Amino acid sequence: MNPLKWSLVEPFYKLMIGEDRKGQLNSIIKMIGLPITGLLIFLFIWQGAASHIHTSLGQFPGPVKTYEQFISLQEEAEATALKQKKFYERQAKRNAQRIEKDPDFVPIIRDYTGPPTFFEQIGRSLVTVMSGFILASLIAIPIGIVIGLSSNAYAAVNPLIQIFKPVSPLAWLPLVTMVVSAVYVTDDPTFDKAFLNSMFTVLLCCLWPTIINTAAGVATVTQDLKNVSQVLRLSWWTHVRKIVLPCSIPMMFTGLRISLGIAWMVLIAAEMLAQNPGLGKFVWDEFQNGSSNSLGRIMVAVIMIGIVGFILDRGMLILQKAVSWDKSVTLR
Amino acid sequence: MSEVHLELTNVGIEFPTPKGPFRVLEKVNLKIEQGEFISLIGHSGCGKSTVLNIVAGLYEATEGGVLLDGREVNEPGPERAVVFQNHSLLPWLTAYENVELAVDQVFKKSKTASEKKEWIEHNLKLVHMDHAMHKRPDEISGGMKQRVGIARALAMQPKIMLMDEPFGALDALTRAHLQDSLMEIQKDLNNTVIMITHDVDEAVLLSDRIVMMTNGPAASIGEILKVDLPQPRDRLALADDPTYNHYRSEVLRFLYEKQRKVNH
Repeated sequence: MNPLKWSLVEPFYKLMIGEDRKGQLNSIIKMIGLPITGLLIFLFIWQGAASHIHTSLGQFPGPVKTYEQFISLQEEAEATALKQKKFYERQAKRNAQRIEKDPDFVPIIRDYTGPPTFFEQIGRSLVTVMSGFILASLIAIPIGIVIGLSSNAYAAVNPLIQIFKPVSPLAWLPLVTMVVSAVYVTDDPTFDKAFLNSMFTVLLCCLWPTIINTAAGVATVTQDLKNVSQVLRLSWWTHVRKIVLPCSIPMMFTGLRISLGIAWMVLIAAEMLAQNPGLGKFVWDEFQNGSSNSLGRIMVAVIMIGIVGFILDRGMLILQKAVSWDKSVTLR
Repeated sequence: MSEVHLELTNVGIEFPTPKGPFRVLEKVNLKIEQGEFISLIGHSGCGKSTVLNIVAGLYEATEGGVLLDGREVNEPGPERAVVFQNHSLLPWLTAYENVELAVDQVFKKSKTASEKKEWIEHNLKLVHMDHAMHKRPDEISGGMKQRVGIARALAMQPKIMLMDEPFGALDALTRAHLQDSLMEIQKDLNNTVIMITHDVDEAVLLSDRIVMMTNGPAASIGEILKVDLPQPRDRLALADDPTYNHYRSEVLRFLYEKQRKVNH
């Protein structure tokens, strides 16, 4: 790909070589100037409104206060990283000394036990949301294909989908919690229960759009292509793999993107209630903490949740572009 | 006279509608020999495509039946390859891969990988598509798509080739090119072909026999015209040929006098 053709670069390049100056300036204003103007107006209103809201935890954080908290969170993370490094160094040193005294001593490496930093919480949230989403997709896509292919299966499953689709994650969570603690009984838990609770809640909420859209995508296979498949006597599996799947990929991805969006929204709520480390728990802990910095930190989390959600959606879009066969369609 | 290859006996079909069954075909009888080129002509909506779909096995006749080499036709299969009206190529596969899908299916075990590759390329060469075989359908013209569709059908090595208005959506020049290609291939391979067409010239130029159908509902075969013109046929030479023009006017007379369509 030619970097000079990228939509962000092209107008500047053309401006430099003097091609259609006025048109390029217009497109630069539209592409960069207008979004920045919008952002500035928003910050202005935010600052203005914030200065008039007084809560029991002090004044509502404006952009400046929020930015300060972001920096302080970063500093805390750096400090923790340093502590962690020192902890492991001390541990290694101690173990080395003991081995020197007693060569048979087998050292146990202990993990650092300090609270996770803000940025670690983002990482934990991402792991939880992706596990739930991937598991849900692995279940939803086959179901979508089967009910898309058979109108009988569709008639049987559709009422269930319609009933479960609008259920709020908060309604599922108590049930999931009880079931997980009853079923998942081991002495050496690989997974934290709180993690499983939030993951399954995410899974239950993000199955439905993928199922519905995959089924709709399967229905876009034209009679012509079905005839081709019949004349060739393709087996059921080859028919699905060679004809149905490629045909339904655009709709399937629409479903996956909606699902991932829902998954991310649900996750924050699930983490709050399940006390699973992540952004949701961070927000909840700050709320309970109730210091004068808490609202600013929650505001940082809110913006971060938005940014991560946006990046997840873009990621899906890139994946969709990579696997879609019809490059003439503009995806956005 | 050679043996009967394909035989339609008293074929009739009804489709269920909310207003009760709708009869499309009644008592269609036709015998076709190996290597014959048959055109089905008739006004639109008369059930030509239905006949073809019954032979293909995509529809099941309500009464009567179809025998291919003495065996009853009751499901679709690659020995009755279909060239569809709107090419029906898989849009996400290249020309080569579209033919490959058919070849892989038909010669699953009987050809090695290199034999398959050779056979795919051979068939694409037959339809003059070897220069663009790694292009996807949306990158080639309508005529080229239809060529690939024909290559896919030929590659199945069918006992009979069924063509549903294969050139109907093409412009006149492209159509003429493809007709010439088809005649050339037909001369080499001596396939049995049933082709649906709206085009009187196409029917006379290509066919050994023209089957003219009456108007629906309950359509049937009205007349069968044997085209006794020597092969190979040359469209330019035939343009002024009195025999050719006689056949042409026979078909036109059938369509516009005997089976004049009243309700358009």
